[in-house]
Amino acid sequence: MLTAPASAMAAALQAPALVTPGLDLEASFTDVLQGFGLSPAAAHLVWLPLPMLLVLVGAVVGVLVTVWLERKISAAVQQRIGPEYAGALGILQPLADGLKLLWKEDVIPARADGLLFTLGPVLVVVPVILSWLVVPFGQHLLISNVGVGIFLWISLSSIQPIGLLMAGYASNNKYSLLGGLRAAAQSISYEIPLALAVLAVVMMSNSLSTVDIVDQQNGAGILTWNIWRQPVGFVIFWICALAECERLPFDLPEAEEELVAGYQTEYAGMKFALFYLGSYINLVLSALLVSVLYLGGWGFPIPVEWLAGALGQSADAPLVQVITASVGIVMTVLKAYLLVFFAILLRWTVPRVRIDQLLDLGWKFLLPIALVNLLVTAGLKLAFPAFFGG
Amino acid sequence: MTIASSTQFLCFAALSAAVAIGALGVVLLPNIVYSAFLLGGVFLSVAGLYLLLNASFVAAAQVLVYVGAVNVLILFAIMLVNKKEAMAEIPGLALRRVLSGAVCAGLFVLLLRVAFITPWATPGPEPIGDEATIRIGEHLFSDYLLPFELASVLLLMAMIGAIVLARRDVLSADIVTGEPADQGLIEKSRTPLLLETPAPASPAMPTPVLEKR
Repeated sequence: MLTAPASAMAAALQAPALVTPGLDLEASFTDVLQGFGLSPAAAHLVWLPLPMLLVLVGAVVGVLVTVWLERKISAAVQQRIGPEYAGALGILQPLADGLKLLWKEDVIPARADGLLFTLGPVLVVVPVILSWLVVPFGQHLLISNVGVGIFLWISLSSIQPIGLLMAGYASNNKYSLLGGLRAAAQSISYEIPLALAVLAVVMMSNSLSTVDIVDQQNGAGILTWNIWRQPVGFVIFWICALAECERLPFDLPEAEEELVAGYQTEYAGMKFALFYLGSYINLVLSALLVSVLYLGGWGFPIPVEWLAGALGQSADAPLVQVITASVGIVMTVLKAYLLVFFAILLRWTVPRVRIDQLLDLGWKFLLPIALVNLLVTAGLKLAFPAFFGG
Repeated sequence: MTIASSTQFLCFAALSAAVAIGALGVVLLPNIVYSAFLLGGVFLSVAGLYLLLNASFVAAAQVLVYVGAVNVLILFAIMLVNKKEAMAEIPGLALRRVLSGAVCAGLFVLLLRVAFITPWATPGPEPIGDEATIRIGEHLFSDYLLPFELASVLLLMAMIGAIVLARRDVLSADIVTGEPADQGLIEKSRTPLLLETPAPASPAMPTPVLEKR
């Protein structure tokens, strides 16, 4: 029932943003396969697993890099050297860590619940990996531009507490159970301000799709990034993302210096590695989403189209498209890793909060602030539709 | 049959089987924690069915609300309250089972009858895909505004009720002595959750409530 004026308005909204078709690998790939005589459906079927595998490998490599960064940066903060023998600058150290965990015995406690004990870590990791579905690295460089985009990530991340509760319960250990309950309580209380912060951004860009959110920010490069229009939302989102990832200063569920390791107490070997992997994938994912929501995603500080125009090149030329796509990927990853660097630095700088401070911060401070932020965004959107995406 | 339609049929069959078997497990399993986890699985499978119907927003909302909130709350309630205690023998259990089974079978027959005699309009209206989000928003703020607001009032009432029940010690303090009214409710002996034989309550572990006073 979208009426003609409404669709015209939608078209007018789309028009001013600098949207070039960009590199569409899927179209090119399926074209080539159809050139070999495959039907379009079969060509699509051959294409489907490729980006998924690529993103899975990308996520795991991202985790390895993050673990290495964590070790090196923590060493630098404490004036140590850190890993240095495994590969140049110790770059193979995370691989060695992973192999060690892979070779360790997979212990299931005698009176634990074997099925739930195994299913718990799986339920923690799978939603996180699924969420990579909506992370865009370019106009067409994502697995699926689903319409509900960022909402899909929010709903998937709400599955995680069930995995934590399951792990805590199945261990048959009161420390695990309490740790699981604490972790789940932390996770669900920080989800609400997180969703409200995202909602303010969604309201400005009139779309839930991550691609549209980035397009809306890249009208004039760094000047139109959402961080200038949503500074409060940015801070709320980043705090909540750290709490969701159980990073310091919010790593109470597994505070290794103070209590037993929470819901991970009974876990060893690969199952423990899954929790570890899940938390690091989640950190990288959160950093990527912060860059998508607030830092212009794949956008270069000066729009690439302007640069191409200044150099007298058409933005549709094949070479320019390849360069644009590469710059987009590099920018996304660069912004994300700057945030990861910041998170690691925070971890080795600030002390941990207490559980009552944690819940107070979430419910009595972040939630009202996020609501006010939403209200102010709505008001500004009505008052200055040109700047706040009327 | 094309690749797309056969994939869709396979997904539909798998999801429907998951919903049916999972729901039976929720009802029939003796372990309440398994029931609660299976309920989460059922909710997820229903979300999958919504996805098959091209209703991605409803699917995501289903996961967020039912799996992320309702099911987690159910699990919290079970894990904080549940104690393994021997169930007292209920007299006439077999008869009760037969009776409740008969009621359920009757309801099932009724539903089957409705399903077969209703003239379903197949194929249904064309799915609008991603526009559905906008359409749902329009409806929620126009013709469904009153039910929407009433639901929020209901939730508010439930929340107030829950707070009153949970903080009875604060709200219903005895005016004369200043002592909380329901001390017996709070100080139950602490037993480990999963042990079959309840361990004797250890006097060395003071309850947090006592510590506060």
